[in-house]
Amino acid sequence: MIRPLSILVGLGFSVAVLWAFGSGAYVAMTEGTGELSAEYAIHEKPHGPEGGFSFEGPLGKFDRAQLQRGFQVYKEVCAACHGLKFVAFRNLQEIGFNEAEVKAIAAATPVPGIDRNTGEATTRSGLPTDYFPSPYANDVAAAAANNNAIPPDLSLMTKARKDGSNYVYSLLKGYGEPGDPEVMAKYPEFETGAGLYFNKYFKNVNIAMAPPLTTDGQVTYAEGNPEPTIQQMSADVAAFLSWAAEPKMEERKKTGLWFLGFMIFVTILAYLSKKQVWAGLKTGRKD
Amino acid sequence: MSFPWATQYEPQNGFTKWMDERLPLPRLVYNAVGAGYPVPRNLNYMWNFGVLAGFCLVLQIVTGVVLAMHYAADASVAFGKVEHIMRDVNWGWLMRYAHANGASFFFIVIYMHIFRGFYYSSYKAPREMIWLLGVVIYLLMMATGFMGYVLPWGQMSFWGAQVITGLFEAIPLIGGPLKTRLLGGFAPDDAALNRFFSLHYLLPFVIAGVVILHVWALHIPGSSNPTGVEVKQESDTVPFHPYYTAKDGFGLGVFMILFTIMVFFLPNMLGHPDNYIEANPLSTPALIVPEWYYWPFYAILRAFTVDFMFIPAKLLGVIAMFAAILIWFILPWLDKSPVRSAKYRPLYRKFFWILMVDLAVLFYCGGAPAEEPYVMMSQIATAYYFLHFLVILPIVSQIETPKQLPNSITDAVLGSEGKA
Repeated sequence: MIRPLSILVGLGFSVAVLWAFGSGAYVAMTEGTGELSAEYAIHEKPHGPEGGFSFEGPLGKFDRAQLQRGFQVYKEVCAACHGLKFVAFRNLQEIGFNEAEVKAIAAATPVPGIDRNTGEATTRSGLPTDYFPSPYANDVAAAAANNNAIPPDLSLMTKARKDGSNYVYSLLKGYGEPGDPEVMAKYPEFETGAGLYFNKYFKNVNIAMAPPLTTDGQVTYAEGNPEPTIQQMSADVAAFLSWAAEPKMEERKKTGLWFLGFMIFVTILAYLSKKQVWAGLKTGRKD
Repeated sequence: MSFPWATQYEPQNGFTKWMDERLPLPRLVYNAVGAGYPVPRNLNYMWNFGVLAGFCLVLQIVTGVVLAMHYAADASVAFGKVEHIMRDVNWGWLMRYAHANGASFFFIVIYMHIFRGFYYSSYKAPREMIWLLGVVIYLLMMATGFMGYVLPWGQMSFWGAQVITGLFEAIPLIGGPLKTRLLGGFAPDDAALNRFFSLHYLLPFVIAGVVILHVWALHIPGSSNPTGVEVKQESDTVPFHPYYTAKDGFGLGVFMILFTIMVFFLPNMLGHPDNYIEANPLSTPALIVPEWYYWPFYAILRAFTVDFMFIPAKLLGVIAMFAAILIWFILPWLDKSPVRSAKYRPLYRKFFWILMVDLAVLFYCGGAPAEEPYVMMSQIATAYYFLHFLVILPIVSQIETPKQLPNSITDAVLGSEGKA
């Protein structure tokens, strides 16, 4: 009884779904499936700097000097609009600043506090234990100051986008004139509106963020560092944000290599003992 | 229950004798996974996944308990708490990555375990109860995994919860109020997050309970084997310890190597970048997808795009999605072939591999946007999925001529030599 019933139910499900298939196919034949959206036609996949980032691959490490340059770019350019709320000043010791430097960096940054006498909101100079303050008092203020687009916090940016480190790098140097006019003409809805900027790496190619890095040498690097070209600054700040998003990456890879070696060793032992235990028993099939 | 030739537990010293008379725990272990459990001698590596699944459950509970010590189920702080674990808790990043990837590996292992059951028809008499309990475990895992994914309170957590609980809205009349009741509000928020956390902590222990029943039921008839021929004599079996403890040990090592590579070197590969953006009810992600292990069923849900016989498409999709798993419950009674192993069932074996391809297509479509050609592909694949279990399986088991089975496991292993 159960099998005739199941055959009926099974046929019911497949007829229902094939009915949907049929009507979809009918629509596709009579009206066409529609063209690919502009995101496929104009949007470009992000790419990394030449030679890639130092922290790629299972053995890759952060380049401390690059992280410090990237921090400088963040502090002097990005921090005007973007917060970094999950990073504390004390964390900067991990990228090679010493304690005194961290104290000085924190002290130079005003953070929200309260007046000791009146309890009123005020600002004080930061301590190493403080987190990077948000540039805006709240989201409403952030939206009001930025043409209604809230600048996102950057703490996790490189993990919150596909291929994030390369994405940040590509986006920062990806501003420019709209691409192929023929392609652009096909997608009038993607015309760059007022207060927007064309950037082929952004998901809908029009980003509300004004080009942050506009000229070579916008940030002055200390002696002995590479030229601060737009490309170099983009790569440096992308590296810094990659560290900010995944500060335990080096510890993770180092532990991983050690643990992987240990597991391979243990597995070899396990294989040999399995072989030994089974040695007396014939398992090979002859049929 | 065991075979008459099973080795009997003998307490070795005063303490174990004392224990054996009062609480025979060592005896229980000895008979469950020790020398007292005779197992077919011809198990291949597909039989490793039961032990691996047990290992995954323990791994998830241990890492999960540690994570819960540093987490708070409050929509205003949950996202930050996860970052606190990642940045400030000693080894917190390892606990979280091991837990998140551990869930994925748990599902990989369980799918291998289930597919092994399909191929060798492990669900057939006298093992129906083991199979039924296994399906219950799988359903509990689905619920647990879904609720766990909500806890980090990222964009995919929030919108995944919105979409999945929204499925209940498809139920006529009571759907809307039921969804509100499940979430404790009109949209996922504190109430939902708290009850999901509570249940996410509870269900693994329920799973552990059902696992005990699953293993208990397994020990009544004993393990199945690749020939599908039942154990007949002592030479068909070997004691679980040391033979299968050694073999499972090696399997566990291989599993750990792959798991290590994932956790330490590709920890976010199976995750979605959007979940590193804090939940925002005002911003809908362009593409809402659940975790990869739900993709085949998500594809079935979305395959029903058109109303049929006055049944709304959404309701059809929801019924089909749940039915896709629930039909596994009647599998032992649909497949009436007297032969278990697909090795001796040439026709069934072909359909088994078509099913594997079909599931791969559903998996691929489930993770893709709801656009053509993915929708049409998933519709064909969904039709085959139901035809396979509900139509093809009962018919094949009637019309197929199976190959000659070996007389016994010993014969299968030793060939002509065994007969001499």
